[in-house]
Amino acid sequence: MSQHTESVVAHKHPSDFVGAKIGMWLFLFTEVLLFGGLFLLYAVYRAKYPVDFHLAATELDTFIGTVNTLLLLTSSLTVVLSIEALQRGNRKLSIGMLATTILFGLGFMVNKYFEWGHKIEHGLYPGSEKLLSHSQGEITFFQLYYAMTGLHGLHVLVGMAVLGGVLYFIARKPVNKEHMNPTILRRFQGAARLAVISDNGNELGTVARIDEDVRNIDIRISYEHGEKRFDPRNLIKLENSALYWHLVDVIWIFLFPLFYLIT
Amino acid sequence: MQHEHHDPAAHEQALHGLGYGIYILIWIGLVVLTGVTVAIAGVDVRQLAVLVAMLVASVKSTLVMAYFMHLKYEPPVFRWMFLVLLVTFAIFMILLFSDVLFRSSPNVLFG
Repeated sequence: MSQHTESVVAHKHPSDFVGAKIGMWLFLFTEVLLFGGLFLLYAVYRAKYPVDFHLAATELDTFIGTVNTLLLLTSSLTVVLSIEALQRGNRKLSIGMLATTILFGLGFMVNKYFEWGHKIEHGLYPGSEKLLSHSQGEITFFQLYYAMTGLHGLHVLVGMAVLGGVLYFIARKPVNKEHMNPTILRRFQGAARLAVISDNGNELGTVARIDEDVRNIDIRISYEHGEKRFDPRNLIKLENSALYWHLVDVIWIFLFPLFYLIT
Repeated sequence: MQHEHHDPAAHEQALHGLGYGIYILIWIGLVVLTGVTVAIAGVDVRQLAVLVAMLVASVKSTLVMAYFMHLKYEPPVFRWMFLVLLVTFAIFMILLFSDVLFRSSPNVLFG
């Protein structure tokens, strides 16, 4: 029965979960190389100005840096717990963990706001008079600091937005949209009706007669379901977004010691 | 659940059904390692400090990728792809530093 239905209905969203994940990883690799270029820049200039870099790093607050590291690490945990919960059919826990992840991301950005704000207040920003009076090495350190943590912060914001989108998909009522193959429709015209039939062949109700006047059939089904059911397409959405989030965490794992812990 | 073998979700579950515990364990490890880097930064060990900090960061990111990002449980093609990334980055690094270290121009970076 299900075989038959599948031949009539043309799926709008063919799914290849492994392919989707490979695509995501390839995208993440481009991100690694993007940040990798900046890390190389950092390495070259740190080798050139070792003393200035140590001096400039004393301006950074190790405590805030450590707190932000813990926030991102914990958010990585909650997002992976969200995946595990969805796989186990615990949608509520999955949604809760996902919301927690976004909140941790928000906490990270709030810290960043105060951290940057504090520094800018003290006149330490690229091109500022105070910074320009420092040594070339210190100027370079702060240029790299703002560029790298800024780009990273942008990634945190994007990650939060993406996870928010996934949260919406998991929380909303599932909607299936199907479009009937026109050539098959032509065969049925005038001698068919659209009906709901159970797995054991009982007709549960006629939805519509398909006569010569019917030109096209689009079916949009939205339904309520219990905790245990979930749309597998949501799982891959969640998994790929989580991969992005983890990458943002991995980048911070390197940024943290390189900027905050070299004093 | 007669269609279980068709269900990609069920397949995923079979693939990554690790349970919550392992993730919490990895998280504890990551927090401890963070403490280690912060503690070591306080000790004055000069050049060694960078090495240790990068080593700890590498261990931490390996843990995140292997367990949180499921790389350990994906088909081998994922790990091969990752190896290609590392080799690519290593080539960039070698090319850059071979230029920076051995360049002889009026505005040399070193010396």
